[in-house]
Amino acid sequence: MTMTEKTLPGLYIHVPFCRGKCPYCDFYSALPDEETKALYVKRTEELVSSLGKTFDTVYFGGGTPDTLGHGNIARLLSAADFTENAEITLECNPSGTGGENSTFDFCTVAEAGVNRISLGLQSAVDSERKALGRKAGIKEVLTAIRRINDTGIDNISLDIMLGIPGQTPASLSETLEFCVSSGAKHISAYMLKIEDGTYFSRIKDKLDLPGEEETSDMYLQAVDYLEKHGIMQYEISNFAVPGYESRHNLKYWRCEEYEGIGPSAHSFMSGRRYYYPRSTSDYISGIQPVFDCEGGDEKEYVMLALRLKEGVMFERFRERFSHSLPERFVEYAKFLESKGLAEVSDKSVSLSAKGFLVSNSAILNLTDLL
Amino acid sequence: MAVDKSKIRNFCIIAHIDHGKSTLADRLLELTGSVALRDMTAQLLDKMDLERERGITIKAHPVKLNYKAEDGSEYALNLIDTPGHVDFNYEVSRSLAACEGAILIVDATQGVEAQTLANTYLALDHDLEIVPVINKIDLPSADPDRVAAEVEDVIGLDCSEAPRVSAKTGENCAEVLEQIVKLIPPPVADDSKPCRALIFDSVYDSYKGVIVYVRIVEGKLKPGDTMKMMATGAEFTIVETGYMRAQDPEPCAELTAGEVGYITASIKTVSDARVGDTVTTLQNPASEPLPGYRKVNPMVFCGIYPADGADYENLRDALEKLQLNDAALSYEPETSGALGFGFRCGFLGLLHLEIIQERLEREYDLDLVTTIPSVVYKINLTDGSQIEIDNPTHYPDPALIASCEEPFTDAHIYSPAEYVGTIMDLCQERRGVFKNMDYITPERVDIHYELPLNEIIYDFFDSLKSRTRGYASFDYEICDYRQSKLVKLDVLLNGDIVDALSFIIHADKAYAKARKIAERLKDNIPRQMFEIPIQIGIGGKIIARETVKAMRKDVLAKCYGGDITRKKKLLEKQKEGKKRMRHFGTVEVPQEAFMAVLKLDDND
Repeated sequence: MTMTEKTLPGLYIHVPFCRGKCPYCDFYSALPDEETKALYVKRTEELVSSLGKTFDTVYFGGGTPDTLGHGNIARLLSAADFTENAEITLECNPSGTGGENSTFDFCTVAEAGVNRISLGLQSAVDSERKALGRKAGIKEVLTAIRRINDTGIDNISLDIMLGIPGQTPASLSETLEFCVSSGAKHISAYMLKIEDGTYFSRIKDKLDLPGEEETSDMYLQAVDYLEKHGIMQYEISNFAVPGYESRHNLKYWRCEEYEGIGPSAHSFMSGRRYYYPRSTSDYISGIQPVFDCEGGDEKEYVMLALRLKEGVMFERFRERFSHSLPERFVEYAKFLESKGLAEVSDKSVSLSAKGFLVSNSAILNLTDLL
Repeated sequence: MAVDKSKIRNFCIIAHIDHGKSTLADRLLELTGSVALRDMTAQLLDKMDLERERGITIKAHPVKLNYKAEDGSEYALNLIDTPGHVDFNYEVSRSLAACEGAILIVDATQGVEAQTLANTYLALDHDLEIVPVINKIDLPSADPDRVAAEVEDVIGLDCSEAPRVSAKTGENCAEVLEQIVKLIPPPVADDSKPCRALIFDSVYDSYKGVIVYVRIVEGKLKPGDTMKMMATGAEFTIVETGYMRAQDPEPCAELTAGEVGYITASIKTVSDARVGDTVTTLQNPASEPLPGYRKVNPMVFCGIYPADGADYENLRDALEKLQLNDAALSYEPETSGALGFGFRCGFLGLLHLEIIQERLEREYDLDLVTTIPSVVYKINLTDGSQIEIDNPTHYPDPALIASCEEPFTDAHIYSPAEYVGTIMDLCQERRGVFKNMDYITPERVDIHYELPLNEIIYDFFDSLKSRTRGYASFDYEICDYRQSKLVKLDVLLNGDIVDALSFIIHADKAYAKARKIAERLKDNIPRQMFEIPIQIGIGGKIIARETVKAMRKDVLAKCYGGDITRKKKLLEKQKEGKKRMRHFGTVEVPQEAFMAVLKLDDND
């Protein structure tokens, strides 16, 4: 796709509610009470319907969006203006949607437009899921997948985690096998990072965390296994059966526009980045988004593009910034290539899987040469 | 009113380190009312912070004390403080040459120590009358009787009248003043002779220009006279003469023979008023200068670079200012492939280097990278010519070298006899040539070695101190250049030579040193995206090798719901951390790695 074709923005809706706080998570979320939830939905509906834009992707992220209930999801979608073939993703928690007592109805949301479900699997090994504070067992995950498939949605993404307490290459194999056999079209494999302020950061010393070497090896193991099974890496942490890449998330990495609604949601429109503060009560009472910074400059563009397997495409860069990448940039990329960290073709510069593992350094050094 | 020469006493204080030199000086100032009690800060004479912290005096600083003695007369006591390190031995010798006497302080708990002896000999060399003082009698372990006996035994000084004092509490310190008056002779001074004044120090003052500290040996000087520096030939019109007081200087109409004071003459730089030079006047010129002048040449050189290239101008300004006050400091611009723009600086010795470096960092707030110190080598080329190099970068292609010469020193180490073995080991390790050994007393020896200068500039003094528990003292003079098997070691990171880490070393030591450097670099270079080979080579031959393994994981795995700014900030933070890194081709090296190589010593 080129810039001459009019690209439509994406819509991100942050749902700040969770049934509990996972010990590793520092995303913005709170326990839901019915009244707050209702006010949240009302405010979000107002905002979404007043955007005056057509979107070609919608993404419900959180938090745990399914805590809103299928009815509210459908209501918010009906307030939004999106194209017929829009990708509409809903993040779901297996215990909330695959549990025995779960009343969540995938049919309703599918009818409202949802065509992609992202499930937080994290691990197929129950002991590892437990270590992460996840309530669902593998049984609930399977139930959730079955219920989703029953509605005709085949685009399922599973989140898995690398470097979790107690994880080994063997246990990771189990998780990877599960992913492949589940028929998931998309896998997000994140390396666990102990964030400040989380429960994990307080008990860090007591956690049986795999070391840097082991985690790195497991990352390469995941890349290798998934690609062998047709689930190809397209971003540092994301894999898909070709054609099932997350169109919404690609907008972030390709420096395209998106509107973010909800507390802590970020937007990038007309070259400006702004966000709603991390407070549900402020959000409900009508606070305006806060300006963050100008965005979309060369450095940012390259920083994001290098997260993608496609890398920095020379042609796209030239179209966007009206000049070519500097020679020294390509030279240094070739040096990285000689170390097995990058790939340079006549069309693009990109990082290899090994390069992704050290992408901070690679990106810093490369963007310094712009 | 003519000054009564018989009422002048010019003296200095000498002591082993920590025996209380500066504390006693403070008491003398206090007792003579030279400074009000409320203005006393400990060790007033040591003006620089650095001096206070290290407990050493770097800059000599004279002060005139007015003392009314028990005999009812007013005396002018000129206390000339002296620096206490071998790097500054020449300055010490000039200070001593300005005196007739010296107070020798000995610690009542520790007794005679190496520097007590070395300093005493220096003072005796200048025919000074020595007044022993036993200090620290307030300490419970003090044994003044034993220590007095030791001074008599070892040095041969009569201690029956030696004041036993506590400079800390002030007890008996008045006795010291009486002894100065009684024992130290007044100067032999003749105002009528042509003027000859010894410069024993000079400092730069931004208002008055250089303040020259002098001892008038013969004749006199007054404002309006045209003075001439006999060694450098520089001429100036004297603006002011006066006496240094503990706080503000006190101008006077003239300085006459036997007196100690200062001169200002709008002199722009201290290199025009060199320590040891003789001042005379055009009105009444002396035919011969005073003996003992020597132009002090820098002996040790290293590159000094700003950590941040943008600070280059600031570094130049700072060096310019420091040089105003330090004739021994030299600098000239140089460029390094690795470090960018900086300066090749010359110093008297390693302490001098450290002091300058520290002053640049503290007083001028500069972040510096310094290269490995070097001495001046003479290289004889196959075409018969000779070149001098103080920078390994200029070391010629080995194929063009016929022979190399390096500077040697004549070194004396004074030590208790029990350390002879360990000192000789140290000197052998440092390629020393044993000359002889004198037993000064049955317990004290003077070990005489010839040592290559490049073996003592790094850390010889520190090693000597630690191996002799601080008891040995050390003194050296450059004697000559000798042929030597020298090689240049190059450090290669990822295949590229890092010019700033090259240095010249004796061939026999190259292998061991190369291995240590490689290890040190390996320990101090953080893992990077790829494996980094560290190689140490002589010419094209690699003699040591290590590898910094590649880092495995440095990644922000997750995208936070479109929060790009957060990611950017995390990367920015990481970049901050890299700021102190130097880029060598494709490799990033933190300054600590340089320091680690620089500080390599025998104990590693």
